[in-house]
Amino acid sequence: MVPLSWYLLLSALLFAIGAVGALWRRNAITIFLSIELMLNSVNLSLVAYARILAVRTGELAAAHTGQVIVFFVLAVAAAEAAVGLALFIAVYRNRRTIDVNRQDLMRW
Amino acid sequence: MAVFALFAFLAVASAMVVVTHRNPVYSVMSLVVTLISLAVMFVLLGAPFLAALQVLVYTGAILVLFLFVIMLLNIEREAPGGGHKLQKLGAALAALVFAGLLATWFVAAQGAVEPVPLDAEAVALVPLARHLFSTYLLPFEIVGVLLLAAVIAATALARRGGTSVGEDEA
Amino acid sequence: MSFGIVATLGKLAAWLTVLLATAPIMLWVERRGSALIQDRRGPNRVGPLGLFQGLADAVKFLFKEDIVPAGADRPLYLLAPILALVPALTTFVVIPFGPVVEVGGRAVNLIVAGVDTGVLLLLALASLGVYSLVMAGYSSNNKYSLLGAVRASAQMISYELALTLSVVAVLIPVGSFRLDEVVAAQQGTWFGFVPQWNVAPQIVGFIVFLVAAFAETNRLPFDLPEAESELVAGYHTEYSSMKFALFFMGEYMSMATLSALAATLYFGGWHLPGIDYSGPWAWVALKGLTVLVAKIAVFMLFFVWVRWSFPRFRFDQLMRLGWKVLLPLAIFNLVAIAALTVAGVL
Repeated sequence: MVPLSWYLLLSALLFAIGAVGALWRRNAITIFLSIELMLNSVNLSLVAYARILAVRTGELAAAHTGQVIVFFVLAVAAAEAAVGLALFIAVYRNRRTIDVNRQDLMRW
Repeated sequence: MAVFALFAFLAVASAMVVVTHRNPVYSVMSLVVTLISLAVMFVLLGAPFLAALQVLVYTGAILVLFLFVIMLLNIEREAPGGGHKLQKLGAALAALVFAGLLATWFVAAQGAVEPVPLDAEAVALVPLARHLFSTYLLPFEIVGVLLLAAVIAATALARRGGTSVGEDEA
Repeated sequence: MSFGIVATLGKLAAWLTVLLATAPIMLWVERRGSALIQDRRGPNRVGPLGLFQGLADAVKFLFKEDIVPAGADRPLYLLAPILALVPALTTFVVIPFGPVVEVGGRAVNLIVAGVDTGVLLLLALASLGVYSLVMAGYSSNNKYSLLGAVRASAQMISYELALTLSVVAVLIPVGSFRLDEVVAAQQGTWFGFVPQWNVAPQIVGFIVFLVAAFAETNRLPFDLPEAESELVAGYHTEYSSMKFALFFMGEYMSMATLSALAATLYFGGWHLPGIDYSGPWAWVALKGLTVLVAKIAVFMLFFVWVRWSFPRFRFDQLMRLGWKVLLPLAIFNLVAIAALTVAGVL
């Protein structure tokens, strides 16, 4: 058995990688993927914390609360991806690129 | 232990590829590996339902949508160089801050919770479902409405001629 | 080795034998079936009734030149055909092929992975199948392949919704994701001889499932990703030799898994009223497996029959059918089944 805190470490690592990616890259798709990565690292920490809480209190309801939150995060992520990708298509149609550095007009 | 080590390594390595690779298709494929590794983590943490959902929703639908858009827009490899100095500074800073936080975590985690083996009760689905549909019924309904709104928004945004701007203006 | 591992390996072996035999048998069935429907003879040179045609084809595949096109994205190009087999070779683990039997005083459930997430796991693994198609199409450096991949991704996401919703409708009255419990719920009979299969109350869901299954396996009338009259061969245009054979096998094995799922969800799975499932465990397992394989075979024949009877849809028709007909039907079915379950009818 692995100490539960190792999952938190992994989650933090993934979040850091995602954060760097979101700031460093200029391709909107890759930035979006980095954000998804951050979202998922948070999911992992939620499930890990839920497990820690369940072990500490001996109540399974604690674990379920964390898992339910992750369930909602998944649903919202699906909505976010659908709208985000539709935005990319709309932007691409107007600007012929989704390089974020080239999206420099407030209006067109 | 070995399972955790293997999939933790896979998750981190593929996450690195996600943010560094210049070809977005490879980024998506790597994210698939990351997400499947995370699904394994969910199983290890006693959440098999979330693991299955993660693979079904995230890798099975959301990332396929990414691939679809990449292929539809014919996005090519990102040219090297360029980019904001300030942003790169910010990225480096973020990495540093997180390294710092991780170091603090190493010190603070000495008194971590000892893991207990999962029993059948811990991974049972019925209590989780009961929780979801009683305590969290209202959020559940709201998420349903949100998803509907997202579907409508996505259709409206992606529709040809949906915006007031002509196509040939770019 | 512990008893549990041996039992699991045995169950895996039983399933894999069935699945790996699928591709060569189906190759023959499809050729002879199409010949029958089109009033031709079909392959009849290799062996009696052309039965060894599959073998001859395998030899041919092995000795064909293995081509990687210039400008292909090599890693993805090589990975795609391997991935084609992954969902086909993993999803069957949650499908039961017999009751709980007693082997040497220990109870063995004849299902490889008797996990609570059951059919959810199956759907999750099956949803990974689209990556193989998309990778193959993207990496081939061929416009037809790419178009096939774009079509495949859109088609798979669209029809997965209807497929999943129709499966969920079956699970509601059962109250479990486990397919062995779904089978257990279908073991009674009406009037003493009509089997209480889900297909009767779930007829709407079954039709949606069946149509979506055709789309998910890229079979005609929904084989838009590989439509040969428009896209040469779609996503696998550039593949030759054993790599092409892997796509071929993957398609037949996914058909077999979806057929097994359909048989389990709607037609009682391994159970058939009138068959006595008692006695030595090997005998019981054999009976269960035989009944299930027979039901799978019926579905496979149906797949072949439909393929050679219907013309291909146009892509906009495919999308319209998926989103404007199947999805509303599936949702309607889901709500109706839920209401009936709450009312205590089901």
